[in-house]
Amino acid sequence: MNAPPLVGHGPSPAEATGARDARSAAAPGPPLWLLLELTYRCPLHCVFCYNPTDFANVGPELQTCDWIRVLREARALGAVQLGLSGGEPLAREDLETIIAEAHALGYYINLITSGVGMTEARIKALKDAGLDHIQLSFQDSSRAMNDFLTSTRTFDLKAKVAALIRKYDYPMVLNVVLHRLNIDHVGEILGMAERLGAQYVELANTQYYGWAWLNRAQLLPSRAQLERAEAVTQRFREQVGSRMQIYFVVPDYFEKRPKACMSGLGSVFLAIAPDGLAMPCHAARMLPGMSLPNVRESDIRSIWYNSPAFNRFRGDAWMKEPCRNCPERSKDFGGCRCQAYLLTGDADNTDPVCDLSPHHHLVSEAVARAEAAGAAPAGATREQPLIFRDHRVSIPVVTAGCAVRR
Amino acid sequence: MSELQDTARPVIAHGMRLQWEAAQEAHVLLYPEGMIKLNSSAGAIMSRCDGVRTVADIVADLERSYNLTGLAGEVTAFVRLALEKHWLELRA
Repeated sequence: MNAPPLVGHGPSPAEATGARDARSAAAPGPPLWLLLELTYRCPLHCVFCYNPTDFANVGPELQTCDWIRVLREARALGAVQLGLSGGEPLAREDLETIIAEAHALGYYINLITSGVGMTEARIKALKDAGLDHIQLSFQDSSRAMNDFLTSTRTFDLKAKVAALIRKYDYPMVLNVVLHRLNIDHVGEILGMAERLGAQYVELANTQYYGWAWLNRAQLLPSRAQLERAEAVTQRFREQVGSRMQIYFVVPDYFEKRPKACMSGLGSVFLAIAPDGLAMPCHAARMLPGMSLPNVRESDIRSIWYNSPAFNRFRGDAWMKEPCRNCPERSKDFGGCRCQAYLLTGDADNTDPVCDLSPHHHLVSEAVARAEAAGAAPAGATREQPLIFRDHRVSIPVVTAGCAVRR
Repeated sequence: MSELQDTARPVIAHGMRLQWEAAQEAHVLLYPEGMIKLNSSAGAIMSRCDGVRTVADIVADLERSYNLTGLAGEVTAFVRLALEKHWLELRA
Protein backbone atom coordinates (compact mmCIF):
# COMPACT_ATOMS: atom_id res chain seq x y z
CA MET A 1 0.00 0.00 0.00
CA ASN A 2 1.12 3.52 -0.72
CA ALA A 3 -0.56 6.62 0.67
CA PRO A 4 0.28 6.61 4.33
CA PRO A 5 -2.89 7.78 6.01
CA LEU A 6 -1.30 10.62 7.92
CA VAL A 7 0.67 12.33 5.21
CA GLY A 8 -0.53 15.67 4.04
CA HIS A 9 -4.15 15.08 3.19
CA GLY A 10 -7.63 14.98 4.50
CA PRO A 11 -8.54 14.87 8.11
CA SER A 12 -5.67 13.64 10.19
CA PRO A 13 -5.13 13.51 13.90
CA ALA A 14 -2.33 16.01 13.55
CA GLU A 15 -4.39 18.57 11.70
CA ALA A 16 -7.39 18.22 13.85
CA THR A 17 -5.81 18.19 17.25
CA GLY A 18 -3.22 20.91 17.04
CA ALA A 19 -0.64 18.28 17.87
CA ARG A 20 1.93 20.45 16.15
CA ASP A 21 1.78 22.88 19.03
CA ALA A 22 2.68 20.08 21.34
CA ARG A 23 5.76 19.00 19.47
CA SER A 24 9.00 20.19 20.85
CA ALA A 25 12.15 18.27 21.56
CA ALA A 26 11.54 18.80 25.28
CA ALA A 27 7.99 17.57 25.62
CA PRO A 28 6.60 15.53 22.75
CA GLY A 29 2.89 14.77 22.86
CA PRO A 30 1.58 11.20 22.80
CA PRO A 31 1.74 8.91 19.76
CA LEU A 32 -1.90 9.53 18.83
CA TRP A 33 -1.68 7.51 15.65
CA LEU A 34 -0.42 3.92 15.86
CA LEU A 35 0.15 1.95 12.68
CA LEU A 36 0.82 -1.76 12.93
CA GLU A 37 2.30 -3.21 9.77
CA LEU A 38 1.29 -6.71 10.73
CA THR A 39 3.07 -8.49 7.89
CA TYR A 40 4.98 -7.77 4.72
CA ARG A 41 3.33 -10.78 3.11
CA CYS A 42 1.03 -9.64 0.33
CA PRO A 43 -0.67 -11.41 -2.55
CA LEU A 44 -0.33 -8.29 -4.72
CA HIS A 45 2.80 -7.11 -6.50
CA CYS A 46 2.13 -3.38 -6.82
CA VAL A 47 4.69 -1.33 -8.68
CA PHE A 48 4.16 1.65 -6.34
CA CYS A 49 4.32 -0.14 -2.98
CA TYR A 50 6.16 1.82 -0.30
CA ASN A 51 7.25 -1.32 1.58
CA PRO A 52 11.01 -1.71 1.77
CA THR A 53 12.51 -3.22 -1.37
CA ASP A 54 14.41 -5.67 0.82
CA PHE A 55 11.26 -6.83 2.64
CA ALA A 56 12.17 -10.45 2.02
CA ASN A 57 15.16 -9.96 4.34
CA VAL A 58 13.07 -8.65 7.23
CA GLY A 59 13.14 -10.98 10.21
CA PRO A 60 10.29 -13.10 11.59
CA GLU A 61 6.95 -11.48 12.32
CA LEU A 62 5.88 -10.59 15.83
CA GLN A 63 3.57 -13.02 17.55
CA THR A 64 0.04 -12.29 18.69
CA CYS A 65 1.15 -11.67 22.28
CA ASP A 66 3.75 -9.12 21.11
CA TRP A 67 1.16 -7.16 19.15
CA ILE A 68 -1.20 -7.20 22.12
CA ARG A 69 1.51 -5.85 24.40
CA VAL A 70 2.24 -3.08 21.87
CA LEU A 71 -1.46 -2.20 21.76
CA ARG A 72 -1.71 -1.96 25.54
CA GLU A 73 1.48 0.07 26.00
CA ALA A 74 0.65 2.54 23.23
CA ARG A 75 -2.93 2.98 24.42
CA ALA A 76 -1.64 3.76 27.90
CA LEU A 77 0.36 6.63 26.37
CA GLY A 78 -2.73 7.97 24.57
CA ALA A 79 -2.67 6.29 21.15
CA VAL A 80 -6.24 6.20 19.83
CA GLN A 81 -6.27 5.92 16.04
CA LEU A 82 -5.09 2.47 15.04
CA GLY A 83 -4.15 1.45 11.51
CA LEU A 84 -3.73 -2.23 10.69
CA SER A 85 -1.77 -2.51 7.52
CA GLY A 86 1.00 -4.44 5.83
CA GLY A 87 1.61 -6.05 3.37
CA GLU A 88 -1.85 -7.54 3.50
CA PRO A 89 -3.11 -7.67 7.10
CA LEU A 90 -5.71 -10.31 6.19
CA ALA A 91 -2.77 -12.68 5.79
CA ARG A 92 -2.52 -12.73 9.60
CA GLU A 93 -4.76 -15.44 11.01
CA ASP A 94 -4.82 -13.66 14.39
CA LEU A 95 -6.29 -10.44 12.96
CA GLU A 96 -9.59 -11.02 14.78
CA THR A 97 -7.78 -11.50 18.10
CA ILE A 98 -5.73 -8.33 17.62
CA ILE A 99 -8.84 -6.34 16.70
CA ALA A 100 -10.83 -7.63 19.65
CA GLU A 101 -8.08 -6.55 22.03
CA ALA A 102 -7.73 -3.15 20.33
CA HIS A 103 -11.48 -2.61 20.54
CA ALA A 104 -11.57 -3.46 24.23
CA LEU A 105 -8.79 -0.92 24.78
CA GLY A 106 -10.80 1.84 23.08
CA TYR A 107 -8.96 2.30 19.79
CA TYR A 108 -10.71 3.44 16.62
CA ILE A 109 -9.62 0.64 14.30
CA ASN A 110 -8.89 1.12 10.60
CA LEU A 111 -8.13 -1.91 8.45
CA ILE A 112 -6.10 -0.99 5.37
CA THR A 113 -6.48 -3.81 2.90
CA SER A 114 -6.36 -4.93 -0.71
CA GLY A 115 -9.41 -7.07 0.04
CA VAL A 116 -7.60 -10.24 -0.96
CA GLY A 117 -8.43 -12.86 1.65
CA MET A 118 -11.73 -11.25 2.68
CA THR A 119 -14.78 -13.48 2.81
CA GLU A 120 -18.26 -12.87 4.15
CA ALA A 121 -17.53 -15.02 7.22
CA ARG A 122 -14.37 -13.05 7.91
CA ILE A 123 -15.86 -9.58 7.44
CA LYS A 124 -18.61 -10.54 9.88
CA ALA A 125 -16.08 -11.89 12.39
CA LEU A 126 -14.07 -8.66 12.12
CA LYS A 127 -17.22 -6.63 12.76
CA ASP A 128 -18.04 -8.74 15.79
CA ALA A 129 -14.48 -8.22 17.06
CA GLY A 130 -14.99 -4.43 16.88
CA LEU A 131 -13.40 -3.28 13.62
CA ASP A 132 -14.57 0.28 12.89
CA HIS A 133 -13.61 0.95 9.29
CA ILE A 134 -12.19 -0.64 6.17
CA GLN A 135 -10.05 1.15 3.63
CA LEU A 136 -10.07 -0.82 0.40
CA SER A 137 -7.46 -0.23 -2.27
CA PHE A 138 -8.19 -0.31 -5.97
CA GLN A 139 -5.52 0.21 -8.58
CA ASP A 140 -7.72 1.42 -11.40
CA SER A 141 -11.26 1.60 -12.68
CA SER A 142 -10.67 -1.04 -15.30
CA ARG A 143 -10.13 -4.71 -14.69
CA ALA A 144 -7.26 -4.76 -17.19
CA MET A 145 -5.24 -1.96 -15.60
CA ASN A 146 -6.04 -2.96 -12.00
CA ASP A 147 -4.87 -6.47 -12.70
CA PHE A 148 -1.81 -5.32 -14.65
CA LEU A 149 -0.62 -2.92 -11.95
CA THR A 150 -0.92 -5.51 -9.21
CA SER A 151 0.24 -8.38 -11.38
CA THR A 152 -2.82 -10.33 -10.20
CA ARG A 153 -6.44 -11.01 -11.17
CA THR A 154 -8.14 -9.24 -8.31
CA PHE A 155 -10.47 -6.62 -9.79
CA ASP A 156 -13.70 -8.62 -9.52
CA LEU A 157 -12.79 -9.79 -6.04
CA LYS A 158 -12.30 -6.18 -4.88
CA ALA A 159 -15.73 -5.24 -6.22
CA LYS A 160 -17.23 -8.11 -4.22
CA VAL A 161 -15.41 -6.98 -1.09
CA ALA A 162 -16.72 -3.44 -1.59
CA ALA A 163 -20.26 -4.86 -1.60
CA LEU A 164 -19.53 -6.78 1.61
CA ILE A 165 -18.21 -3.62 3.27
CA ARG A 166 -21.53 -1.97 2.49
CA LYS A 167 -23.58 -4.96 3.58
CA TYR A 168 -21.87 -5.07 6.97
CA ASP A 169 -22.26 -1.34 7.43
CA TYR A 170 -18.64 -0.27 7.67
CA PRO A 171 -17.70 3.22 6.57
CA MET A 172 -15.91 2.69 3.25
CA VAL A 173 -12.82 4.52 2.13
CA LEU A 174 -11.66 3.68 -1.35
CA ASN A 175 -7.98 4.32 -1.88
CA VAL A 176 -6.51 4.56 -5.35
CA VAL A 177 -2.83 5.32 -5.82
CA LEU A 178 -2.40 7.54 -8.85
CA HIS A 179 0.49 7.67 -11.30
CA ARG A 180 1.17 8.19 -14.99
CA LEU A 181 -0.49 4.92 -16.03
CA ASN A 182 -3.88 5.52 -14.39
CA ILE A 183 -4.18 9.23 -13.60
CA ASP A 184 -6.03 9.88 -16.87
CA HIS A 185 -8.78 7.53 -15.64
CA VAL A 186 -9.68 9.65 -12.61
CA GLY A 187 -13.20 10.35 -13.92
CA GLU A 188 -13.87 6.63 -14.36
CA ILE A 189 -12.29 5.85 -10.99
CA LEU A 190 -14.59 8.33 -9.26
CA GLY A 191 -17.59 6.90 -11.13
CA MET A 192 -16.62 3.43 -9.94
CA ALA A 193 -16.27 4.68 -6.36
CA GLU A 194 -19.75 6.18 -6.50
CA ARG A 195 -21.25 2.96 -7.89
CA LEU A 196 -19.53 0.97 -5.13
CA GLY A 197 -21.00 3.28 -2.50
CA ALA A 198 -17.75 4.69 -1.09
CA GLN A 199 -18.17 7.51 1.43
CA TYR A 200 -14.58 8.65 1.18
CA VAL A 201 -12.22 8.42 -1.76
CA GLU A 202 -8.50 9.00 -1.49
CA LEU A 203 -6.85 9.73 -4.79
CA ALA A 204 -3.35 9.45 -3.52
CA ASN A 205 -0.63 10.33 -5.95
CA THR A 206 2.29 7.98 -5.60
CA GLN A 207 4.95 8.92 -3.10
CA TYR A 208 8.35 7.79 -4.22
CA TYR A 209 9.71 5.35 -1.65
CA GLY A 210 10.35 1.61 -1.77
CA TRP A 211 9.14 0.00 -4.96
CA ALA A 212 7.72 3.28 -6.22
CA TRP A 213 11.21 4.80 -6.05
CA LEU A 214 12.52 2.00 -8.27
CA ASN A 215 9.75 2.73 -10.77
CA ARG A 216 9.73 6.51 -10.49
CA ALA A 217 10.67 7.15 -14.12
CA GLN A 218 7.61 5.24 -15.33
CA LEU A 219 5.17 6.41 -12.65
CA LEU A 220 5.68 10.16 -12.37
CA PRO A 221 2.86 11.88 -14.28
CA SER A 222 3.23 15.03 -16.38
CA ARG A 223 2.01 18.36 -15.07
CA ALA A 224 -0.69 18.41 -17.76
CA GLN A 225 -1.97 15.02 -16.62
CA LEU A 226 -2.06 16.22 -13.05
CA GLU A 227 -3.94 19.41 -13.87
CA ARG A 228 -6.50 17.51 -15.95
CA ALA A 229 -7.03 15.03 -13.11
CA GLU A 230 -7.50 17.79 -10.56
CA ALA A 231 -10.04 19.55 -12.80
CA VAL A 232 -12.00 16.30 -13.32
CA THR A 233 -11.95 15.68 -9.58
CA GLN A 234 -13.23 19.18 -8.84
CA ARG A 235 -16.12 18.80 -11.31
CA PHE A 236 -17.02 15.45 -9.78
CA ARG A 237 -16.97 16.95 -6.27
CA GLU A 238 -19.45 19.59 -7.35
CA GLN A 239 -21.78 16.96 -8.84
CA VAL A 240 -21.67 14.49 -6.00
CA GLY A 241 -21.94 17.02 -3.16
CA SER A 242 -21.59 15.79 0.40
CA ARG A 243 -22.42 12.14 -0.38
CA MET A 244 -18.75 11.44 -1.04
CA GLN A 245 -15.68 13.11 0.41
CA ILE A 246 -12.85 13.15 -2.09
CA TYR A 247 -9.25 13.76 -1.08
CA PHE A 248 -6.79 14.47 -3.85
CA VAL A 249 -3.24 14.09 -2.62
CA VAL A 250 -0.99 16.09 -4.93
CA PRO A 251 2.37 14.50 -5.70
CA ASP A 252 4.87 16.62 -3.82
CA TYR A 253 7.31 16.64 -6.74
CA PHE A 254 5.06 19.27 -8.30
CA GLU A 255 5.00 21.54 -5.27
CA LYS A 256 7.26 24.42 -4.28
CA ARG A 257 7.17 23.57 -0.60
CA PRO A 258 7.53 20.14 0.99
CA LYS A 259 4.81 18.23 2.79
CA ALA A 260 4.73 18.45 6.59
CA CYS A 261 5.72 14.80 6.66
CA MET A 262 4.18 12.98 9.67
CA SER A 263 3.55 16.44 11.15
CA GLY A 264 7.21 16.19 12.07
CA LEU A 265 8.90 12.89 12.93
CA GLY A 266 8.19 11.78 16.48
CA SER A 267 5.24 14.14 16.78
CA VAL A 268 2.08 12.00 16.55
CA PHE A 269 2.86 8.93 14.46
CA LEU A 270 4.29 5.59 15.52
CA ALA A 271 4.63 2.66 13.12
CA ILE A 272 5.63 -0.85 14.09
CA ALA A 273 7.01 -3.06 11.33
CA PRO A 274 6.29 -6.81 11.09
CA ASP A 275 9.60 -7.63 12.77
CA GLY A 276 8.91 -5.30 15.68
CA LEU A 277 10.97 -2.35 14.50
CA ALA A 278 9.49 0.92 15.80
CA MET A 279 9.58 3.70 13.23
CA PRO A 280 8.64 7.41 13.27
CA CYS A 281 7.47 7.02 9.65
CA HIS A 282 6.69 4.09 7.34
CA ALA A 283 9.93 4.39 5.44
CA ALA A 284 12.37 5.25 8.25
CA ARG A 285 14.02 1.85 7.99
CA MET A 286 16.03 3.22 5.05
CA LEU A 287 17.55 6.12 7.01
CA PRO A 288 21.19 5.48 7.88
CA GLY A 289 22.35 5.68 11.48
CA MET A 290 18.85 5.68 12.97
CA SER A 291 19.32 2.48 15.03
CA LEU A 292 15.58 2.00 15.28
CA PRO A 293 14.40 0.41 18.52
CA ASN A 294 12.52 -2.89 18.50
CA VAL A 295 9.42 -3.66 20.55
CA ARG A 296 10.90 -7.06 21.35
CA GLU A 297 13.53 -5.28 23.43
CA SER A 298 11.96 -2.01 24.61
CA ASP A 299 8.58 -0.85 25.80
CA ILE A 300 6.62 1.75 23.87
CA ARG A 301 7.08 4.48 26.46
CA SER A 302 10.86 4.33 26.35
CA ILE A 303 10.81 3.98 22.55
CA TRP A 304 8.59 7.03 22.09
CA TYR A 305 10.07 9.35 24.68
CA ASN A 306 13.66 8.20 25.22
CA SER A 307 15.05 6.43 22.16
CA PRO A 308 17.62 8.37 20.12
CA ALA A 309 15.81 7.41 16.91
CA PHE A 310 12.53 9.04 17.96
CA ASN A 311 14.30 12.14 19.28
CA ARG A 312 16.57 12.44 16.27
CA PHE A 313 14.28 14.77 14.27
CA ARG A 314 12.26 16.39 17.04
CA GLY A 315 12.55 20.14 17.37
CA ASP A 316 14.68 21.99 14.81
CA ALA A 317 18.25 21.75 16.14
CA TRP A 318 19.05 19.04 13.56
CA MET A 319 18.12 21.25 10.61
CA LYS A 320 20.58 22.57 8.06
CA GLU A 321 20.27 25.67 5.94
CA PRO A 322 18.04 26.79 4.32
CA CYS A 323 15.62 25.24 6.87
CA ARG A 324 17.50 26.31 9.97
CA ASN A 325 16.51 29.96 9.68
CA CYS A 326 13.43 29.57 7.53
CA PRO A 327 10.21 31.06 8.94
CA GLU A 328 8.29 28.08 7.48
CA ARG A 329 10.29 25.43 9.37
CA SER A 330 7.58 25.16 12.03
CA LYS A 331 5.01 24.59 9.28
CA ASP A 332 6.65 21.87 7.19
CA PHE A 333 9.45 20.67 9.52
CA GLY A 334 11.84 20.63 6.57
CA GLY A 335 9.69 18.12 4.67
CA CYS A 336 10.41 14.42 4.38
CA ARG A 337 13.64 13.00 5.82
CA CYS A 338 13.46 9.89 3.67
CA GLN A 339 13.07 11.97 0.52
CA ALA A 340 16.01 14.16 1.55
CA TYR A 341 18.08 11.04 2.01
CA LEU A 342 16.95 9.28 -1.17
CA LEU A 343 17.58 12.31 -3.35
CA THR A 344 20.60 13.98 -1.72
CA GLY A 345 22.19 11.20 0.34
CA ASP A 346 21.82 13.21 3.57
CA ALA A 347 18.71 12.87 5.73
CA ASP A 348 19.42 16.23 7.44
CA ASN A 349 19.12 18.21 4.23
CA THR A 350 16.08 20.22 3.26
CA ASP A 351 13.58 18.06 1.35
CA PRO A 352 14.55 18.84 -2.27
CA VAL A 353 10.88 19.37 -3.12
CA CYS A 354 11.37 22.83 -1.57
CA ASP A 355 12.45 25.31 -4.23
CA LEU A 356 14.71 26.95 -1.65
CA SER A 357 16.74 23.73 -1.48
CA PRO A 358 20.06 23.78 -3.36
CA HIS A 359 19.07 20.27 -4.51
CA HIS A 360 15.68 21.26 -5.91
CA HIS A 361 16.97 20.65 -9.44
CA LEU A 362 16.95 16.90 -8.64
CA VAL A 363 13.17 17.09 -8.38
CA SER A 364 12.60 19.47 -11.27
CA GLU A 365 14.79 17.34 -13.52
CA ALA A 366 12.78 14.23 -12.66
CA VAL A 367 9.59 16.15 -13.48
CA ALA A 368 11.11 17.39 -16.75
CA ARG A 369 12.00 13.83 -17.74
CA ALA A 370 8.42 12.79 -17.00
CA GLU A 371 7.18 15.65 -19.19
CA ALA A 372 9.44 14.51 -22.03
CA ALA A 373 8.32 10.90 -21.66
CA GLY A 374 4.70 12.00 -21.64
CA ALA A 375 5.14 14.18 -24.74
CA ALA A 376 6.99 11.58 -26.79
CA PRO A 377 4.95 9.50 -29.23
CA ALA A 378 4.20 6.01 -27.99
CA GLY A 379 7.13 3.70 -28.38
CA ALA A 380 9.57 6.53 -29.04
CA THR A 381 11.16 6.30 -25.64
CA ARG A 382 12.96 3.26 -24.43
CA GLU A 383 11.59 2.78 -20.97
CA GLN A 384 12.93 0.29 -18.53
CA PRO A 385 10.40 -2.35 -17.52
CA LEU A 386 8.30 -1.85 -14.40
CA ILE A 387 9.59 -3.72 -11.38
CA PHE A 388 6.76 -5.50 -9.59
CA ARG A 389 6.97 -5.94 -5.83
CA ASP A 390 7.95 -9.55 -5.56
CA HIS A 391 9.61 -11.85 -3.11
CA ARG A 392 11.90 -13.13 -5.85
CA VAL A 393 12.87 -9.62 -6.91
CA SER A 394 13.35 -8.44 -3.35
CA ILE A 395 16.59 -10.19 -2.59
CA PRO A 396 18.47 -9.31 -5.80
CA VAL A 397 17.61 -5.64 -5.27
CA VAL A 398 19.36 -5.82 -1.94
CA THR A 399 22.29 -7.76 -3.23
CA ALA A 400 22.83 -5.16 -5.92
CA GLY A 401 23.04 -2.72 -3.04
CA CYS A 402 22.69 0.53 -4.90
CA ALA A 403 19.63 -0.26 -6.95
CA VAL A 404 17.67 2.32 -4.99
CA ARG A 405 20.28 5.04 -5.50
CA ARG A 406 20.31 5.54 -9.24
CA MET B 1 -29.60 23.66 5.48
CA SER B 2 -33.15 24.08 6.71
CA GLU B 3 -33.78 25.88 9.96
CA LEU B 4 -32.84 23.86 13.03
CA GLN B 5 -35.90 23.28 15.22
CA ASP B 6 -35.41 23.07 18.96
CA THR B 7 -37.41 19.84 18.86
CA ALA B 8 -34.77 18.23 16.64
CA ARG B 9 -32.92 15.27 18.14
CA PRO B 10 -29.25 15.35 17.11
CA VAL B 11 -27.12 12.22 17.35
CA ILE B 12 -23.48 11.44 16.58
CA ALA B 13 -23.34 10.82 12.84
CA HIS B 14 -23.20 7.30 11.47
CA GLY B 15 -19.61 6.09 11.26
CA MET B 16 -18.37 8.58 13.88
CA ARG B 17 -17.49 7.84 17.45
CA LEU B 18 -17.31 10.24 20.37
CA GLN B 19 -15.16 9.35 23.33
CA TRP B 20 -13.32 10.91 26.25
CA GLU B 21 -9.54 10.69 25.93
CA ALA B 22 -7.79 11.10 29.25
CA ALA B 23 -4.39 11.60 27.59
CA GLN B 24 -5.75 14.62 25.73
CA GLU B 25 -8.10 15.70 28.52
CA ALA B 26 -10.78 16.14 25.89
CA HIS B 27 -13.63 14.54 24.05
CA VAL B 28 -12.55 13.45 20.60
CA LEU B 29 -14.57 12.56 17.57
CA LEU B 30 -13.15 9.57 15.75
CA TYR B 31 -13.84 8.61 12.16
CA PRO B 32 -11.99 6.80 9.36
CA GLU B 33 -8.33 7.77 9.70
CA GLY B 34 -9.14 10.99 11.49
CA MET B 35 -9.79 12.61 14.80
CA ILE B 36 -11.19 15.91 15.94
CA LYS B 37 -10.29 17.13 19.38
CA LEU B 38 -13.23 19.02 20.81
CA ASN B 39 -12.94 21.97 23.14
CA SER B 40 -14.81 21.69 26.42
CA SER B 41 -18.01 23.42 25.22
CA ALA B 42 -18.19 21.32 22.07
CA GLY B 43 -17.50 18.20 24.13
CA ALA B 44 -20.25 19.10 26.60
CA ILE B 45 -22.76 19.59 23.76
CA MET B 46 -21.75 16.58 21.68
CA SER B 47 -21.78 14.21 24.64
CA ARG B 48 -25.45 15.08 25.14
CA CYS B 49 -26.39 14.40 21.52
CA ASP B 50 -27.85 10.92 22.00
CA GLY B 51 -30.74 11.01 19.55
CA VAL B 52 -33.18 11.06 22.46
CA ARG B 53 -32.74 14.57 23.83
CA THR B 54 -33.98 17.49 21.77
CA VAL B 55 -31.93 20.63 21.22
CA ALA B 56 -34.14 22.32 23.84
CA ASP B 57 -33.42 19.47 26.31
CA ILE B 58 -29.68 19.81 25.69
CA VAL B 59 -29.78 23.58 26.28
CA ALA B 60 -31.76 23.12 29.49
CA ASP B 61 -29.41 20.38 30.70
CA LEU B 62 -26.30 22.47 29.99
CA GLU B 63 -27.76 25.55 31.67
CA ARG B 64 -28.60 23.45 34.73
CA SER B 65 -25.22 21.64 34.79
CA TYR B 66 -23.13 24.78 34.45
CA ASN B 67 -25.50 27.11 36.29
CA LEU B 68 -25.79 29.44 33.31
CA THR B 69 -28.56 30.98 31.24
CA GLY B 70 -28.94 32.05 27.63
CA LEU B 71 -27.01 29.17 26.04
CA ALA B 72 -29.61 28.48 23.31
CA GLY B 73 -27.89 30.60 20.68
CA GLU B 74 -24.46 29.10 21.21
CA VAL B 75 -25.76 25.52 21.31
CA THR B 76 -27.89 25.94 18.20
CA ALA B 77 -25.00 27.51 16.30
CA PHE B 78 -22.69 24.65 17.22
CA VAL B 79 -25.24 21.95 16.38
CA ARG B 80 -25.84 23.59 13.02
CA LEU B 81 -22.08 23.65 12.34
CA ALA B 82 -21.70 20.03 13.44
CA LEU B 83 -24.57 19.01 11.13
CA GLU B 84 -22.90 20.78 8.22
CA LYS B 85 -19.64 19.01 8.97
CA HIS B 86 -21.46 15.65 9.28
CA TRP B 87 -20.33 15.19 12.87
CA LEU B 88 -23.98 15.05 13.89
CA GLU B 89 -27.14 13.96 12.15
CA LEU B 90 -30.78 14.35 13.11
CA ARG B 91 -32.80 11.42 14.31
CA ALA B 92 -36.20 11.42 12.67
